[in-house]
Amino acid sequence: MTIQSKMIEARPAPRSIVGPVAWMRANLFSGPVNTVFTLLGLYLLYILLTPTIQWAFINADWVGTSRDDCSREGACWVFVNARLGQFIYGLYPGSEIWRVNLTFATFAGLIAWLAIPRLPYKRWIALVTLVGFPVFAYFLLYGGHFGLRVVETHRWGGLMLTLVLAVVGMVGALPIGIMLALGRRSQMPIVKSFCVVFIEFWRGVPLITVLFMASVMLPLFMPTGVSVDRLIRAFIGITLFQSAYMAEVIRGGLQAIPRGQEEAAAALGMGYWKRMGLIVLPQALKMMIPGIVNTFISLFKDTTLVMIIGLFDLLGIVQAALSDSRWLGFALEGYVFAAFMFWIFCFSMSRYSQYLERKLHTGHRR
Amino acid sequence: MSVRPQAHPVGPKPPFWRDRAKRALIFQVLLIAAVAAFLLYIVGNTQANLAARGITTGFGFLTNTAGFGIVQSLIDYSSQSTYGRTFVVGLLNTLLVSALGVLAATIIGFTVGIARLSPNWLIARLANAYIEIFRNIPLLLQIFFWYYAVLRTMPSARDSLSLGEVVFLNVRGLYLPEPLFESGFGLIPLTLGIAVAASIALVVWNRRRHEATGKRLPAGWISLGLILGLPMLVLVATGVPVTWDVPQLTGFNFRGGITIIPEFLALWLALSIYTASFIAEIVRSGIQAISHGQTEAAQALSLPRNLVLRLVVVPQALRVIIPPLTSQYLNLIKNSSLATAIGYPDLVSVFAGTTLNQTGQAIEVIAMTMAVYLTISLLVSMFMNWFNARVALVER
Repeated sequence: MTIQSKMIEARPAPRSIVGPVAWMRANLFSGPVNTVFTLLGLYLLYILLTPTIQWAFINADWVGTSRDDCSREGACWVFVNARLGQFIYGLYPGSEIWRVNLTFATFAGLIAWLAIPRLPYKRWIALVTLVGFPVFAYFLLYGGHFGLRVVETHRWGGLMLTLVLAVVGMVGALPIGIMLALGRRSQMPIVKSFCVVFIEFWRGVPLITVLFMASVMLPLFMPTGVSVDRLIRAFIGITLFQSAYMAEVIRGGLQAIPRGQEEAAAALGMGYWKRMGLIVLPQALKMMIPGIVNTFISLFKDTTLVMIIGLFDLLGIVQAALSDSRWLGFALEGYVFAAFMFWIFCFSMSRYSQYLERKLHTGHRR
Repeated sequence: MSVRPQAHPVGPKPPFWRDRAKRALIFQVLLIAAVAAFLLYIVGNTQANLAARGITTGFGFLTNTAGFGIVQSLIDYSSQSTYGRTFVVGLLNTLLVSALGVLAATIIGFTVGIARLSPNWLIARLANAYIEIFRNIPLLLQIFFWYYAVLRTMPSARDSLSLGEVVFLNVRGLYLPEPLFESGFGLIPLTLGIAVAASIALVVWNRRRHEATGKRLPAGWISLGLILGLPMLVLVATGVPVTWDVPQLTGFNFRGGITIIPEFLALWLALSIYTASFIAEIVRSGIQAISHGQTEAAQALSLPRNLVLRLVVVPQALRVIIPPLTSQYLNLIKNSSLATAIGYPDLVSVFAGTTLNQTGQAIEVIAMTMAVYLTISLLVSMFMNWFNARVALVER
């Protein structure tokens, strides 16, 4: 009898269980039906991707200044290249573009700070983003103070306008939404019914009718002789519309906080605003961030509708560029570029909100 | 032993602003006053503005002649019709594109949502790519893409793309053959009705028998055979009393058949594809919300896979799926108002667009348009509440 004093080397798993071949057998060709599906999927990929790649990359023209440089049968990215400045900044005067860039950079910095989990002082940065930054952006973008020249809002456009509309809609909607959500949970019947009617009204109508209303009816509501800037009208419409959706997200978050929290705060002798501001809302807001990001994504996509009331957001300015007689026939290139820009923003935001959801929901997974 | 204090000393009555009930009352009175003052202010301004512009309010304009044509109409309409009829035409067009959009979005959405959960890696990835691409691109951009970049670049009528010389697609739209029913066709819907009634009776009888004796017939297959087979038999027996009106190229355009305008096609495609990506996510999360214990328990009872799905997973998943699904349907109906951007004659386009511009009756027109969408939303949410109450889990 021999005594084994050494550990026997573990043998590698058999070829039929690990390795690419086994993986393919398990996930792609596990049965006749699956095999057919895989082949169909491959065929679909082939017929979709080959022409797309050939059009967008292989046969595309990249450099040049006019449409004569687009001699090949693929995409003419020269068009997008030539118009890129307009697509991003609208008709903002060229010498002042640094102001837009500075605003973008500040915003990106603030958002990055908020999104990276390890950085401290989140609450203060959030406050700066929601209160300080809009004021800063107004002075920088519109000008008229500190020696900056005034840039009228009809010169704003492109991606810049899209971002401005979305951020203003968001910043305006958040406080109104919080008030509406609290009002909807209130014990006071008149306050409650007022909030319910307000929320359900805006949620029940399409944004486009809201924008029509803002652009056609708002001037009628103002005292005679007072005119409201077209951009401000769009802001008002978007903010009211968005606040109703925001209120429902916040109400969902408030409902997730156990009643005991509020009762405990009441037992400590806190009044309503202290209970809400110090105990309930801070807990609820944290859980609502994924929902808020999701409503922000839909708001970001919905800002494209302002082109119907005559503002030139990213899609509006692409659409306007398509009717330029020097660049006729490049609709596909323009739309693909705009779609790509929107997609990058929306996709990264939705990934972030999914990440947050996973972080907040633990213990439900297998 | 501790000495308990005597009854709590009663102090002076607190001032009224410390009394919760009175404070609530005051607060609500103030709110009503503020809202009323705001409304009065707006109404006053509006009246002054309308007087200054010489616009008379009221719904009298609805009986005036519209004087513009509409490219697609489900009811008789001409430029001699009234604005009231314009409203109805627009509403019907909105309902048409919404209904067809809901149908297509449901089919695509459920297919993609189930494919997303497929054990086949490639199919699941493809479904995921579909979802991530289409739900992250604004709907208006997708509508423009289908309209300006696809359908507007189709060849002219002479060089139409055709499918077997029966279906034609060109820059003016999609041309389909139209079935013309001859006398004697009435029998077929009749037999279809009989077959459906018989199938329902069969299913009910089969369920009772199954519960009583444990024996069951494959009622689903028999019903399918009845519903498809009986009308087919009658169709053949009566000598196929249908002729097809195939579109013919005459001059520069097609005649005959059914014409589907490109605006409708673009809107319908974009709405269905966009909404389907959200529905797919709802279906996926609804199915995944069913805990593994449920499937495992059903498998432990040695139920076959299709029965596990039909009796255990789907009924429970539907409870999770249907509320967000209805709100997606509502979104689709509201989003159909984007028609105005490409000129599909929906309610917003012909009524809140053309009619408003011609008459200047902004308040009445916008109020009527919003009222339509609000009514639809309220009806759907009433249905939702009823449904939720019906399917809610009864817990102890």
